Amino acid sequence: MLLRLAMATLLRRRARTALTTAGVAVAAAMLLDMVMLGSGMRESFRGFLDQQDYHLRMTPRGTMPFDSEATISGANALLARVNADPDVDGVAPVLGGKLFVTVGDSIIAGFALGIAPRIQADYVIADGREIDAPNETVWNGGLLDATGKRIGDTVRVSAGYDPQLRRFTGTRELVIVGRGRFVMLSGGELAGALPLATLQTMGGPDREDRISVALVRVREGANTDSVAARLERSEPRMSAISTEAALRFVDERLGYFRQLAFILASVSLAVGFLLVTTLVTVSVNERIGEIAVLRAIGVARWRIVVQVMAEGVALSFVGALLGLGLGLITAKWLNGILASFPGLPAAFDFFLFEPSAAYKALGMLVICGILAGVWPAWRAASLPIAKTLREEAVS
Amino acid sequence: MAGRKFADCEDVERGGGVLSTGRKTEDGREPQPQLQPQLQPRNSVSVLSARDVRRDYPVAREAVHALRGISLDIAAGEYVAIVGPSGCGKSTLLNLLGAIDRPSAGSITIAGRDVSKLSDAEATRFRLTQIGFVFQRFYLMPTLTAAENVELPMAEAKRPRLEREARARELLSYVGLEGRTNHRPFQLSGGEQQRVAIARALANGPALLLADEPTGELDAKTGGEMIEMFARLNADGTTLVVVTHDEELAKAAKRVVHLRDGEIVGDTGRRT
Repeated sequence: MLLRLAMATLLRRRARTALTTAGVAVAAAMLLDMVMLGSGMRESFRGFLDQQDYHLRMTPRGTMPFDSEATISGANALLARVNADPDVDGVAPVLGGKLFVTVGDSIIAGFALGIAPRIQADYVIADGREIDAPNETVWNGGLLDATGKRIGDTVRVSAGYDPQLRRFTGTRELVIVGRGRFVMLSGGELAGALPLATLQTMGGPDREDRISVALVRVREGANTDSVAARLERSEPRMSAISTEAALRFVDERLGYFRQLAFILASVSLAVGFLLVTTLVTVSVNERIGEIAVLRAIGVARWRIVVQVMAEGVALSFVGALLGLGLGLITAKWLNGILASFPGLPAAFDFFLFEPSAAYKALGMLVICGILAGVWPAWRAASLPIAKTLREEAVS
Repeated sequence: MAGRKFADCEDVERGGGVLSTGRKTEDGREPQPQLQPQLQPRNSVSVLSARDVRRDYPVAREAVHALRGISLDIAAGEYVAIVGPSGCGKSTLLNLLGAIDRPSAGSITIAGRDVSKLSDAEATRFRLTQIGFVFQRFYLMPTLTAAENVELPMAEAKRPRLEREARARELLSYVGLEGRTNHRPFQLSGGEQQRVAIARALANGPALLLADEPTGELDAKTGGEMIEMFARLNADGTTLVVVTHDEELAKAAKRVVHLRDGEIVGDTGRRT
């Protein structure tokens, strides 16, 4: 009955309870978002790399994939040597470049990826088919929309533009055979993939026998770090970056985000704690006479503590539940904003929902609610009954 | 001897407890519910004994002597009014008799137990089972119905739900509120709220019913009804101690204890 009394007490001041619950919900939403942000970017990036199903990325020494325009010469020999390693299961070369398409009087510029079609890991065919011939290409939706082209169209594309001669270089006719979703590219980026050899030829001597990155699949059971170290020793011009190393690199770069997330999560918890403590304290102060009477008629001290703490827990729990819903909505909204930042892959999630994150946020808030009730509960339970009744009678 | 005394008190501790609705009167009306005759108190059995009770309060580094050596015996079934000017120690004495405060010196024995030596938990349990309180400001729980307010002490005493619901109905009927069981305090008049408070005080069948200015918040007419209610409670076997400024209420008591400056200066109507 005392628990019912606690709930009825909360409902007694509906507007105040609703406002406090809303406050806790906002704090809970922020807490959830920050917990999601704290682990989301890292896990999202890991998902990205795992999606490619390659374990090492070999790049010009000291660079990250497509971090610069640096390329690797002697690509064919390099790929042969890497393929010869007993722990390597496959190598997928990628060359980055530019792609120019003339549409009427305007020129559409995009990003070109030279790939080995059968083993590429840079896009997923969404429509049409994979490249099967040197003069075929797969474009993303952005490039198709921008140029007004469709699958099956033949297009003239160029790999460069000479500003002195005012003409395109490396021009070639290609057939669009598919629409692809390019996993590593940002949402607004225009891109097309074509066979590596075709792009190398279109790029002229500067691109001949060159690649930007080689994706290496390590044989099952082999130690990725050992293979990476061995490849770096045998290819001193190259860096071999494992998924874990890439994650560490990302961790370093995104450390600021995580710190911010931690601070904001702590602030959210503190705000939730203070809100609940304030409401429960005010509620106890209002009912000081009632509580003294409950004690006088024989209600045990610990039962008063339970009653008051139940109010704090109920507020936190309901607020947290509402906050979880609110947090998911705001996370989606914020994710949409952040994902549109230039240079970020479209599929990259800043806020990754994991049930563990929700449980963590909910648990922290409920603990917060329990702690928030401690002070007012202790105060209520330790009221001097006679003195309180006397003061209440006088007031 | 003490055990015998306690056993005697057991007979009266449920004095306010079991009710019977009785039979119809000659004119065909339903009579007011009454306590069952077998639970009527035995005369001259002391339910309360206070010996040289003192209570000092520290105020601004000085001790204020609220009670200066009070000795008082109250027998089962007595109806005692404690009167005196403001600040004479009436409420302090009532708090001590109700085990919600401790004397600075002296002893208070209620139903065979020295309440001045009880731990907080023991005193709480003792109040729950042996003492009924009625306050000037009623102090009902505003979010609970009249019946739930009456059930509250029984729930705390872990009595089964059906039993306490039946008893709450019975007690509310006894105080004339049978049609008001599901009303909340704000839906009741002052007099009705005080009746609910009385029913709540009787819930666990206390040995002693203590009332602090029970008519203080009521108008003259409702106060008069309350005085009748107390007289009926006492007639049905409840041992009553009432602190009051209300002359009418004091007149209705069978015994009047006069306090002045923390001392008993008069005790009229005492049983011998």
